[in-house]
Amino acid sequence: MKKKLCSLLLTALLGMAVLGGCADGTGESSGDNSSMESTSGSEDSTSGEESTPQEESTSEDGSGESSSGTADAGQEASGNTNGGSVVVGIQQDIDSLDPHKATAAGTKEILFNIFEGLVKPDENGNLVNAVASDYTVSEDGLVYTFTLREGVKFHNGNAVTAEDVKYSLERVSGLLDGTPLISTLSTIQAVEILDEKTVQVTVGSANTELIYSFVAAIIPSGSGEEEGADPIGTGPFSYVSYKPQEGIVLAKFADYWQQGLPSLDQVEFKITGSADTALMELQGGTIDLYAYLTDSQAQTLKDSHQVIASPSNVVQALFLNNAVAPLDDVRVRQAILYALDKEAVNDFVGGGSGTLISSAMLPTLKDYYVDLNDTYGTTANVEKAKELLTEAGLADGFDLEIAIPSNYEFHMQTGEVVVEQLKAAGINATIKAVEWSTWLEEVYNGRQYAATISGITCDMTPGYLLNRFQTDSSKNFINFANTEYDETYAKAQASLDLTEKAAYYARLQEILCEEAGSAFLQVPANMTAISKRLTGYKFYPVYVQDMSTVQIVE
Amino acid sequence: MGAGNGLQLGRNPFAAGDRRICRRYGFGNSSYERGREMTRGKKTGSGNAGNLKKRWNKYLVAGMIMTGIAVMLGVTGFFWTPYSTTAMSASERFAGPSLRHIFGTDNFGRDIFSRVMQGLGTTIGVSSLVVLFSGAMGILLGAFTGYFGGVADEIVMRITDALNGFPSILLTLVIISLLGTGRQNVIISLGLVFVPGYVRIVRGEFIRLRDADYIKRARMMGAGKFRILFIHILPNIFSVFWVSVMIGFNNAILAESGMSYLGIGVQPPDASLGNMLSDAQGYLQSAPWYAMAPGLTIVWVVLGFSLFSEGIRRRAE
Amino acid sequence: MKYLGKKIMTLIMTLFLVSAAAFLAFQIIPGDVVASILGTEATPEREAQLREELGFNDPPLVRYGRWVTGVLQGDLGVSYRYSKNMNEMMPVAELIGDKLPVTLWLAVLSFVFIAAVSIPLGVAWAKSGSRFLDAALGVITQTAMAVPSFFLGILVTYVFGILFHLFSPGAYVGYEDNFWGFLGYLVFPALSIALPKIAMTARFLRNSMLTELGLDYVRTAYSKGCTKKRVMYGHVLRNAMMPVITFLGMIVAEIVAGSIVIEQVFGLPGIGRLLISSISTRDFPVVEILILYITFVVIFVYFLVDLLYKVIDPRIS
Repeated sequence: MKKKLCSLLLTALLGMAVLGGCADGTGESSGDNSSMESTSGSEDSTSGEESTPQEESTSEDGSGESSSGTADAGQEASGNTNGGSVVVGIQQDIDSLDPHKATAAGTKEILFNIFEGLVKPDENGNLVNAVASDYTVSEDGLVYTFTLREGVKFHNGNAVTAEDVKYSLERVSGLLDGTPLISTLSTIQAVEILDEKTVQVTVGSANTELIYSFVAAIIPSGSGEEEGADPIGTGPFSYVSYKPQEGIVLAKFADYWQQGLPSLDQVEFKITGSADTALMELQGGTIDLYAYLTDSQAQTLKDSHQVIASPSNVVQALFLNNAVAPLDDVRVRQAILYALDKEAVNDFVGGGSGTLISSAMLPTLKDYYVDLNDTYGTTANVEKAKELLTEAGLADGFDLEIAIPSNYEFHMQTGEVVVEQLKAAGINATIKAVEWSTWLEEVYNGRQYAATISGITCDMTPGYLLNRFQTDSSKNFINFANTEYDETYAKAQASLDLTEKAAYYARLQEILCEEAGSAFLQVPANMTAISKRLTGYKFYPVYVQDMSTVQIVE
Repeated sequence: MGAGNGLQLGRNPFAAGDRRICRRYGFGNSSYERGREMTRGKKTGSGNAGNLKKRWNKYLVAGMIMTGIAVMLGVTGFFWTPYSTTAMSASERFAGPSLRHIFGTDNFGRDIFSRVMQGLGTTIGVSSLVVLFSGAMGILLGAFTGYFGGVADEIVMRITDALNGFPSILLTLVIISLLGTGRQNVIISLGLVFVPGYVRIVRGEFIRLRDADYIKRARMMGAGKFRILFIHILPNIFSVFWVSVMIGFNNAILAESGMSYLGIGVQPPDASLGNMLSDAQGYLQSAPWYAMAPGLTIVWVVLGFSLFSEGIRRRAE
Repeated sequence: MKYLGKKIMTLIMTLFLVSAAAFLAFQIIPGDVVASILGTEATPEREAQLREELGFNDPPLVRYGRWVTGVLQGDLGVSYRYSKNMNEMMPVAELIGDKLPVTLWLAVLSFVFIAAVSIPLGVAWAKSGSRFLDAALGVITQTAMAVPSFFLGILVTYVFGILFHLFSPGAYVGYEDNFWGFLGYLVFPALSIALPKIAMTARFLRNSMLTELGLDYVRTAYSKGCTKKRVMYGHVLRNAMMPVITFLGMIVAEIVAGSIVIEQVFGLPGIGRLLISSISTRDFPVVEILILYITFVVIFVYFLVDLLYKVIDPRIS
């Protein structure tokens, strides 16, 4: 293939990076574990995580070598300069500058630079301490004690106090005004200040995954509703200005608690509209970095930019409404699964850079993921599909309308491929393009649809995706109903033992796959193009654009 | 009055609403053009104006050939295309124009020429039905409001005004949201959007002729209202109406492709010219032929049809 | 002045109708701003809270009444989607005021192109006796008029941006940052808007001049011994320009209302793009004001054109 040369070169460079620093997995408690040396091109590479930058992924993830993806393609030799300004292209407008109210992934990835929680994710998918320097969880899992880090300051210059932490946690959990802003944290019963550097949080039920929710931003006490002319957090960049439809500008926060970070003086996140425009802006040099290119666009840029594919945290699926005929028949759903050729989908829309999946778990969450791709195969088995349809009394096929949010070209293109594949099995599928807001109302909230192609963005919580398929979950928009699944999920949640939990989660993935709850297709890769003048960009397994480590090379 | 109404043959943002201008100023206004044509004949004697009586003129010939080819390809596209319009081939993605694929292939390895044929058929079919629907509605509403006037006229005109001012994108979007996407709904929504323009034209002509001497005489002779409306007046507005239908057809083509371009028209995987164009935009650099094929096809059809109508008009004079 | 009063009444009525229609449309079309704001992570509590905040719990008529009262008092409301900062939502007036210069400058630039090219071109065309030039210009202008605006935008991007690297597509510069850079970027979108209009205006001016040339006063002027130059510029052009000016007036309305698509193609943050994105996010207060604004501009310009017509030709009643 044409991209071979570039891919070879890249592999070589990354290989060097891996050799440079193959430290072992870092514990959750070491706060400064992310490598911050300004000239380092190497990142800690933990076994529990993989974010392999594959120019041409073959989508088997267990390839042994896994390296965290820094994009500094060997340029560290030429010396970095501090300061400078970088423009990052983003897809969507910002929905809120309030870190607790922002819901769009596209907003959160930016706010990551302004705000920090007690803990925060690192590029390996682990949690590291941020505003807290340490924390302990009681035996029964009900009491969390956080020790605050010394010397953490807000952008307004004030030091973070236990009062601020208490206020922030009470605000998100709904203890302040009865409206939880982050639903998982609504389990918080009380927040107590033990001393000026220690905060104790009591929760209603034990859950080993709750700690992932403490990434919620810490904001100055009382700032939520009153102060608010500027968003103020503790992150490496402070807020400068925002213009609807144009973007947001951030500036270096000089008093950031991590020494030496950030390097850049200014970062602008610029809304580019479509990916087409982004491509042109990358070529024109008006944006330096863009993370959501299509495969063919990435090909266009591979000579002029550093182009790196990294697994995203989106699960793309042909979701099937289990409650409408004929999809309420498991055989019909299975027939659809057999009819699909996931490899072809991946090849056509992602240039083969995606990772094929068969259930609701990110392969990057290695401790929990089980590979079920053999259940229905990754290529089409039309005979089997027709057989199942005949069994279900639909030998002549049936009509299937697939609603797709039209603003996602990736899903629309997937739709075109899927329709063609289903046709071979005698299923007459049609595409109904809907606007995003219509999709939310009719498909996601209203559940008035037969099938839809969309992606679910996951956070780092392993059970995040599995949670929604419980029969009476408010997010169970596919109307999946399975008693064993519900029971297993309850057991998994109650379990405080991680191995046991993983076993339950594995079973959940199996049920979802066997019952053909939906046709899970792939975890698409993020195709990121980075200007050659930049180095130090880190890839996260969650939606995050961490600009703090990025530097300009001359 | 006639001129004033001629101003208002609808407006649609897709076509950048050039109709009222065309209608008023010469790319079709028969009385205006006639004067102009005579002038040319006398004074400049250039072009083919000297051959006014000739049945065929260059415009007509060129227009007929271009339109003919387009219609032929489009109609054939309904039944047969050289390749399947949906079958994908990973090995033939982004093949440039060649003997095998004269317009090249797209991002799924589909033959662009076949898809252009299918899209052309859709576009021409949809546009014809849109013009038919809106023209018929326009005649009905325009005739009654123009001839009888009164409260009904006032109401219809206010609604027409409002519709004219209302961005058609939003209007079509509303209708499409209510009815859903799909060919027949594109026809209905564009048909509705185009109605006000025709109402204005027809109404203006009816107002103009309502007080003409021959109508007064017919009325005195006791002719019934319907007889006056459809036997006496209607045939006399036909030349004016015909011109607006011609322009309307072109605008329907532009509007249909505009809707598909914005993603609210014909849905993939069915091919439509606008749809292909919007997909192709992302590959402008790597596969420019992908955008050029449907884009130039639209230009071809619209140009061919305007030459054709220009030719018809010249022949009529 | 009775005429003026009637026109103003009509304008107000139409604006009212348009606003009611837009409100109604937003009630009918699926997709809810609350769902759209909260996305897939909505919790029932947040939803209820947001509904209360936005005043969605009141019946539609009350909300519409509240909105109308606000607008009448000069309060255009706040956007549902765009926040000014952490707590405050963006006032619609400010939001639109921010985007309006982009669209207006685009319109100004397009208009300058149209006027600067089409008038000399039209005059030269009318004057030239060359049959070849006449035919060539005829074909070129017909073709230019047949290109849909979105395809023209793509063509301009391809030819000037990708082939010749005369500008880098998407590299929009804000007008506050660098006004000349901003204007420089607008050149190509303006070109895309202007091209078909130049063709139209040139054709129109030529036809208008040829008509004038055929009138009796020209013969009289010649017989009085006027030079050809004097006849051309002193009499014919002056008379021929009158309708052209009103024609250009209408083009202004077309541009303001019709730059929506071009803004999409070139990624310009003008009101057209704001309208499209606000429609898709169901940001009602923004959409409502934008629609009213566009409707107002269109009606107002047509009104001016009508007025100008009366001034020029008192015979029109």
